[in-house]
Amino acid sequence: MTGRERWDRIAPHLVIWPPILVSCAYVLLFSAWTVWISFTRSTLMPENSWAGWRNYSIMLATRNWQIAYTNLFIYGGCFVVFTMAMGLLLAVLIDQRIRGENVYRAIFLYPLAVSFVVTGTVWGWLLNPSIGLQKMMHDLGWSSFRFEWLIDRDKAIYTIVIAGVWQASGFAMALLLAGLRSVDGDLLKAAQIDGAGATRTYLRVVFPTIGPIFVAVMVMLLQFAIKTYDLVVALTGGGPGLASTLPTVVVYDFMFQRGDLGKGSAAAVMLLGSLAFVLVPYGLYQRWKRRKAGAHA
Amino acid sequence: MPKGRLLSRCAIHATLIVFAAFYLVPLVVVMLNSLRSTEDIAHAGVINLPRHLVWSNFSQTWSSYCISEHCTGIQPYFWNSMRMVIPATIVSTMLGALNGYSLSLWRFRGDKFVFGIMTLGVFLPEQMRLVPWVIVLRDLGLFNTISGLVMIHTVQGLSFTTLFCRNYYVSIPQDLLKAARIDGAGFFRIFWRIVLPLSPPILIVTVIWQFTGIWNEYLYGVTFSTGEHQPITAALIAFSAHLSDAPQYGQQSAAVLLAAAPTLLVYLFGGRYFVRGLTAGAVK
Repeated sequence: MTGRERWDRIAPHLVIWPPILVSCAYVLLFSAWTVWISFTRSTLMPENSWAGWRNYSIMLATRNWQIAYTNLFIYGGCFVVFTMAMGLLLAVLIDQRIRGENVYRAIFLYPLAVSFVVTGTVWGWLLNPSIGLQKMMHDLGWSSFRFEWLIDRDKAIYTIVIAGVWQASGFAMALLLAGLRSVDGDLLKAAQIDGAGATRTYLRVVFPTIGPIFVAVMVMLLQFAIKTYDLVVALTGGGPGLASTLPTVVVYDFMFQRGDLGKGSAAAVMLLGSLAFVLVPYGLYQRWKRRKAGAHA
Repeated sequence: MPKGRLLSRCAIHATLIVFAAFYLVPLVVVMLNSLRSTEDIAHAGVINLPRHLVWSNFSQTWSSYCISEHCTGIQPYFWNSMRMVIPATIVSTMLGALNGYSLSLWRFRGDKFVFGIMTLGVFLPEQMRLVPWVIVLRDLGLFNTISGLVMIHTVQGLSFTTLFCRNYYVSIPQDLLKAARIDGAGFFRIFWRIVLPLSPPILIVTVIWQFTGIWNEYLYGVTFSTGEHQPITAALIAFSAHLSDAPQYGQQSAAVLLAAAPTLLVYLFGGRYFVRGLTAGAVK
């Protein structure tokens, strides 16, 4: 083998492996590292003294963490339900072959291009009772109008739902619309011949066939919900008090504001656990479906 | 058109227009408020028309505004973001294309497994990597630098870019490569002559996706940089925290608009690809 040939065989490997190794190491080692720190007594600096499950039990007993998870359930539930509902409604309306489809689509999707920091800041102004919606209603003469969710402990979490739905329903719309458009034309024709009206066709033929996409979008949205961070920081800062805090906010708080890396990491690992709780069953379901499809083919 | 049909058409459009208004309100409000004085906004509310147009908000926000002691406007933070987003987008896209190529077409033993691990990176929450990054950045002496953020976004972006490119390249027929290999073309030649010329659609999607994602990212920016080294998202939050006692709605609106402008422009001109990236990233 000449030197040139040898080089030709080696060179690709020099290009293939570094990015792949970096990427895999990043996923595996960094995760393992954080898991390790969560089992140590690390505070301001990472340490290697074993603490067992202590960080986890302390975090689970912390009020912040409990409130954050309660909030996550409220926010996640409302966010997914309303985003799906709005996305589906918009997708079905746009699916009626209307004029100006592209304009509507562009309007419903632009929030996705904007950062949560921007979204949160602007919704913070709109929902601020002294300058936003409430103020406008008062100036219009409806002086008994009250909309103070942003400063109301029991309602602050719902302001995040509003901003979140605003930002994500275009995403749901785009994916569901793609699903609606992929429904077999013959199937629709058959339904029409059977005399099924539009509503019936949607309920009986179209929605069942896009079921898998429906589930996929829901899983994506749940994942967004669990990862939501910037939006809360920009919109409410987690307040008033802890009223709208989320697990992600608590993680950052423990890691970098209280200087408690061990507990912060334990919280991050539990956050990962919540994500896995959503994604692993979905992944298994996908695999099962693919295997079934493979068996039939 | 029969009457019932006309009526339902009108109902559809009416509903869509109401929703479109709901989506546009925040953008319109910020645009109008960026041209109003803070007194006007505080007095007449954010949802209102400008009494008279104030153009100075933009120039002040851009170059003379104070963010915690630094009276430089948001200009340096805007450029920080640019210096971060451009190299990170280019490098992560290039490496993603190479990864995608070697995982889908060149193939090696265990390529599926490797790909699986890389895709996990898309779902891992950022919180899982904050502490390791702090340590790595400190050891490399890159803490609180733009280069550090470029590195983070490049590595983080690899998962996404590889996913995009790999899923796109899978559809290139293997026979094309076999023929090329028989002709004696090697790894790089095939990439350069066959794969890359077929790539523009996916590369545009990837670039748009990466640019938008990195520009809009906040958590890494605020964790790994402070003061004048922060990207614009982190600076915006610092800006409003600094002003929480005496908000400057006019100038803040201008700042928000300037921070949103690059990604909005990308969306305006590349919207088609943006949506394609969305579906590529979500439905696998």
